[in-house]
Amino acid sequence: MVNQAADPSGAKHIVQSFDDDMNGLTSKIIQMGGFAERQVADAVEALVNRDIVSASRVIERDKEVDHFEEEIDQDVIRILAMRQPMAVDLRIITMALKISNDLERTSDYAVSIAKRAQRLADHPEFAAMNQVRRISEQAIGMVKDVLDAFVDRDVEKATDVWNRDQELDRNYTSLFRELITYMLEDPRRISQCIDLLFIAKNLERIGDHATNIAEKINYMMLGSSINQPRRD
Amino acid sequence: MNAELASLATGQPSNVDAALSAKIDIRNLNFFYDKFHALKDINLKLQTGKVTAFIGPSGCGKSTLLRVLNRIYDLYPKLRAEGEVLFDGENILAPGQDLNLLRARIGMVFQKPTPFPMSIYDNVAFGIRLYEKLSKLELDGRIEAALRRAALWDEVKDKLHQSGLGLSGGQQQRLCIARSVAVKPEVILLDEPCSALDPISTAKIEELIDELKQDYTIAIVTHNMQQAARTSDYTAFMYLGQLIEFSPTQQVFTNPREKRTQDYITGRFG
Repeated sequence: MVNQAADPSGAKHIVQSFDDDMNGLTSKIIQMGGFAERQVADAVEALVNRDIVSASRVIERDKEVDHFEEEIDQDVIRILAMRQPMAVDLRIITMALKISNDLERTSDYAVSIAKRAQRLADHPEFAAMNQVRRISEQAIGMVKDVLDAFVDRDVEKATDVWNRDQELDRNYTSLFRELITYMLEDPRRISQCIDLLFIAKNLERIGDHATNIAEKINYMMLGSSINQPRRD
Repeated sequence: MNAELASLATGQPSNVDAALSAKIDIRNLNFFYDKFHALKDINLKLQTGKVTAFIGPSGCGKSTLLRVLNRIYDLYPKLRAEGEVLFDGENILAPGQDLNLLRARIGMVFQKPTPFPMSIYDNVAFGIRLYEKLSKLELDGRIEAALRRAALWDEVKDKLHQSGLGLSGGQQQRLCIARSVAVKPEVILLDEPCSALDPISTAKIEELIDELKQDYTIAIVTHNMQQAARTSDYTAFMYLGQLIEFSPTQQVFTNPREKRTQDYITGRFG
């Protein structure tokens, strides 16, 4: 079990079971995060490899993410009622609740990508796929790094993820234009392009949720919102 | 200088509207129990019409500080205070203070209920009779008002002439509050007023504090962090005789500035 209940200075609670509660909650978030990250990675891989079977596995596994979210909800309610946490504890516990919601949404987008991957498996591949792959790498990288930032309680790393969202947004916009051009050139590809367009949108939204999590890590650790202009 | 140091230097809680006025302004206060230095350079302002909570581990000086504010310490030898406590601008530590008058203006309620062994009516009338000559009718009115203020009237109106000692712990504590508001104080000091009470009585006292702050400036010492969070506008955290942090209550309990405050309120080893 991870030991993240302690504050950054490493001080432990006098009541050890409170530390156990906090560690348990953090562990669940990390497990859920790892699971959601894999869902996205598997959905994109199913898309790229035209693998209908693994796409359906992603859809199937979404239940488990929902299950994680329910467990975290219950843990948070229980800890709030029994420990009446204050200050950094209160911030960690309430943010855990919100982060689990971001992770649940992330997994929902993975499911949406997997469903479109199943449809797209019948179509011939075309050039825009490279750009989709690039966006997916960015989005997955953000999810992975923001989870690392959560594990390490690393505000700097979280802020870095937060800054990277703009680049993802820019790439999404350029892919959007590219796909519009394809559709204008060859109307037979419209349905395929629309699927790719939604996939790109889903990836862009996954990046937004990673950004949300970065903001929550910042609040959790510092009690303030990320307060700096985005780097360009 | 950072905001927090600045706030400690001026005695003004950090992030506070400067327009607020201080009912009590404590300046460079030091207090000694014979040779033991119990309060070290305390600077703090109690804002008019606000509730200020004092928290900190046992022996940190919070009760001592409260006791300085109405000079209860004068009852014991070998205790001395240095510095200034300005009450509406007047230093109450200066010699020549009328202590009885001071204690009427700054009332105090203690941890254990302390009703006098007399009737409920006489308990509340006791202080009034010391300072004022009222007709029976006027006195009845004042006593009813005080008991209503303390949210006790409905429970005792039919037995005003029974002994105050016959009341429950929570009722006795509210009787003590009635007794202290009866003399129309400006400040009320509450020293762990709920530590001997059950949750319902505690809730009634807390509701009462909320009511009373419209007319009085209140300071409360409590070991119950949730109570400090619920009842106060500002919170002062004290440790080993020093004022460590003094901020709006919401800040102290969501994002304290000082690590020692955080360790204390989250129940961590220091």
